[in-house]
Amino acid sequence: MFSGEQIAALFAELGVTHVVTVPDSTIGKWGAAIARASDMHLVRVCREGEAWAVAAGLHFGGARPLVLIQCTGLFESGDSLRNVLHDWKLPIFSVIGYRSFLNQETLPGDSCLVFTEPVLDAWKIEYKLITSDSQIGTIREHYLACLAAGKPGAVLIAEGKA
Amino acid sequence: MSGHAAMDPGGALAVLREHRASGDVVVTSMGSAREWMAMGPLDPLDFVFVPSSMGQAPSLALGIALAQPARRVFACNGDGSMLMNLGALVTISAESPRNLVLIVFENGVYEVTGAQPTPGSALGRPDRRGVDFAEIARACGWTSVFRYRELEEWRNAASESIGAAGPVFIALEVAPVPGAVGPRSPGPTVERARKFREALRQTNR
Repeated sequence: MFSGEQIAALFAELGVTHVVTVPDSTIGKWGAAIARASDMHLVRVCREGEAWAVAAGLHFGGARPLVLIQCTGLFESGDSLRNVLHDWKLPIFSVIGYRSFLNQETLPGDSCLVFTEPVLDAWKIEYKLITSDSQIGTIREHYLACLAAGKPGAVLIAEGKA
Repeated sequence: MSGHAAMDPGGALAVLREHRASGDVVVTSMGSAREWMAMGPLDPLDFVFVPSSMGQAPSLALGIALAQPARRVFACNGDGSMLMNLGALVTISAESPRNLVLIVFENGVYEVTGAQPTPGSALGRPDRRGVDFAEIARACGWTSVFRYRELEEWRNAASESIGAAGPVFIALEVAPVPGAVGPRSPGPTVERARKFREALRQTNR
């Protein structure tokens, strides 16, 4: 949907300093461009639960981190996400790949489609669904709105395959 | 953990207190948080990670260390907590922050839930051979790795090991505290988060 250059430019424009990530086949393609960006650092973690804690530490230290994971990683994130966003109420923004949303042929019956949005609702994370490349402005607007409100938020990036 | 631990965790943390310099951050969690708070008033750069997500203290400390690379950051973690987030050892060595010191307090048990053995402890394994966290750290790419079994040994070596090229991994074999309970939060989280961030900002390095 988006190129790595588009996303890296957007994150840089938004003042993101660190992108904490576990890749998938869609968002992982952005990594190289993000890593090349001079004002941003790509932090590769081993599991998504780590990403929220690393982002929390970065936030405490005055950086502006963003978590970039797939929805399966959102499911894995549970307790760490709960702690960072709800115990400590830190305004960490996340960009989450929405597996199979655009194409269910690779994984027919992919339960990501059943659980992703209800899980975000359960964690009380306000999100916007991004289904086309015309919506890059929606990412910008939602990020800035969450930043201004001092609260967490997310965008779901519709993906075509696993 | 290869044998019977003799080190008192409070004594082990007292050594850290002696070597902690002005401007250093100390992140504590679970048992180390309880003991740290019992030792006296907190420094503005103490982050008592209570409530926590078990296992995430080293990851949180990594974030602080990356955001403020000129500041030394200590992370105090239990062995049960380390088992919950072993991948953090790989993540940290990949980032290789020179200013991070991770201290793992090995008591072999989940202390605050009733001292059940961890699956990494000798008591939790049929072969009675405990997992060696220092060796795990080395295998994950850490080069400054230390293990201490006795308090005097740790006290005598602390300055050198803490001052080694970071990231530094220190395993301390400590005794479980009988009847220990979990740490209590020292105050409302939102206010503590704000003050900690402000303390890091005011003394930014």
